Amino acid sequence: MLNQKDIFQTIDMIEQRHLDIRTITMGISLRDCAHPDVKTCCDQIYDKITRRAENLVRVGEDIEKEFGIPIVNKRISVTPIALVAESCRTDSYVPFAQTLDRAAKEVGVNFIGGFSALVQKGCTVGDRKLIESIPEALACTDRVCSSVNVGSTKAGINMNAVALMGQIIKKTAALTADNDGLGCAKLVVFCNAVEDNPFMAGAFHGVGEPECVLNVGVSGPGVVHHALKSVKGQPFDVVAETIKQTAFRITRMGQIVGNEASRRLGVPFGIVDLSLAPTPAVGDSVARILEEMGLETCGIHGTTAALAMLNDAVKKGGVMASNHVGGLSGAFIPVSEDEGMIAAAESGILTLNKLEAMTCVCSVGLDMIAVPGDTTAETISAIIADEAAIGMVNSKTTAVRIIPAPGKVVGDRVEMGGLLGSAPVMPVYGQSTVDFISRGGRIPAPLQSLKN
Amino acid sequence: MKAIVTVVGKDQVGIIAGVCIKLAEYNVNVLDISQTVMQGYFTMMMVVDVTEATIPLAQLAVEMEQEGKSRNLSIRLQREDIFEAMHRV
Repeated sequence: MLNQKDIFQTIDMIEQRHLDIRTITMGISLRDCAHPDVKTCCDQIYDKITRRAENLVRVGEDIEKEFGIPIVNKRISVTPIALVAESCRTDSYVPFAQTLDRAAKEVGVNFIGGFSALVQKGCTVGDRKLIESIPEALACTDRVCSSVNVGSTKAGINMNAVALMGQIIKKTAALTADNDGLGCAKLVVFCNAVEDNPFMAGAFHGVGEPECVLNVGVSGPGVVHHALKSVKGQPFDVVAETIKQTAFRITRMGQIVGNEASRRLGVPFGIVDLSLAPTPAVGDSVARILEEMGLETCGIHGTTAALAMLNDAVKKGGVMASNHVGGLSGAFIPVSEDEGMIAAAESGILTLNKLEAMTCVCSVGLDMIAVPGDTTAETISAIIADEAAIGMVNSKTTAVRIIPAPGKVVGDRVEMGGLLGSAPVMPVYGQSTVDFISRGGRIPAPLQSLKN
Repeated sequence: MKAIVTVVGKDQVGIIAGVCIKLAEYNVNVLDISQTVMQGYFTMMMVVDVTEATIPLAQLAVEMEQEGKSRNLSIRLQREDIFEAMHRV
């Protein structure tokens, strides 16, 4: 029998500690939509998405009310468009992005991911066309998210793609200059991208996924932060245990919501992504969890160790609560989307170098970072290369979502709005990486790829 | 199917009556009630059976919330499974 304490604890988590289901994301395969004619292909894509996801938002809202837990986002991920569009007789894939945007608006989801290409070993004709279409695609759509996988532990790092992505990010920023380069907030460069990630902007429906699937991303930095307040001064064993128990509860919530949504939509349930995803709201910050462990400010010495423990404990607690855990699963550290990170970065204590170290031990990478508008494409490529190297060697996902905000300099602030938040412009090294990036080629896969 | 109703707010005459009348209106059966008043604050938890409810659960939750608002109370109706999931291994 449930007791009153348990019940009010749950309600407190939801009402006071920002516990929510961050996203239910429907993955839809578009592989059967390929057609040589662009218009036919786009029509088939539009029809399929609007048919499959017709009830997604309504079902999500019903479940929210019945369980009394907010489901913040309802989203869609699709097969990487480079694969779907490859057989079309066209040079620009922008119409596909517009189709995705239209479909997203029709069904009422706030983001649709999958304007993507997987080029870790090299580009096909379609991959290249897609990548070159990204700046315009992101400038002329509102809800489309794009990602490009440039490296993996198995394949190494495609340095030609890394070089190209530096230029693409610059172009994307230029085309969305009126909004501080907002397009770049919808563009992720990955190493070891996962196929079942429900979180944007990096979600796409991988080639090994079923026809249609429902993935759930849970969140709750505020709940973890609050739980840690009750173990002040205790050893790390106790801290880890507390995080595990909290993560278990949060994940169970995701599991039950996912099961229910999948049953009602008649779509198989994929995975729960047990991530601590912050928002710009006060009390929903990962940085504040690290500070609760005893660090004066996030970004000082000790931050990496604190984050490593947090990330690991979240997984350990969550893994038993769900029958399939997947996606990125860990702690996110997007600077602009985390009130504590913003504060630490604005004070100059949290730097790009420390963030890079933190990405070695958390679930993703350099996320939602604003850099000066005059940062060169080569410098951005070099930042991507560093991150990809960390992912490749550590067999983990890393990503770069960086905004070279046009006209902005260090100390300025970039406003993205909504869940994307705002980011202080952080300094980068001005010295040249041109000779490094212009080499091109491929960084060979590391020894740890040879597991057979 | 069971649901949990929680009511929190400043104590006043007729809270339980009001909630029960509203539930009865939609054919919801009350199975268990526990209630306390702490420092003038009323806290109640009810286990109810919504199997025979005359309106969909999502709508019922909204109705109860509105009933609460009219009396300056926080009334929530949530499916029981969510609490079971969180607190039972």
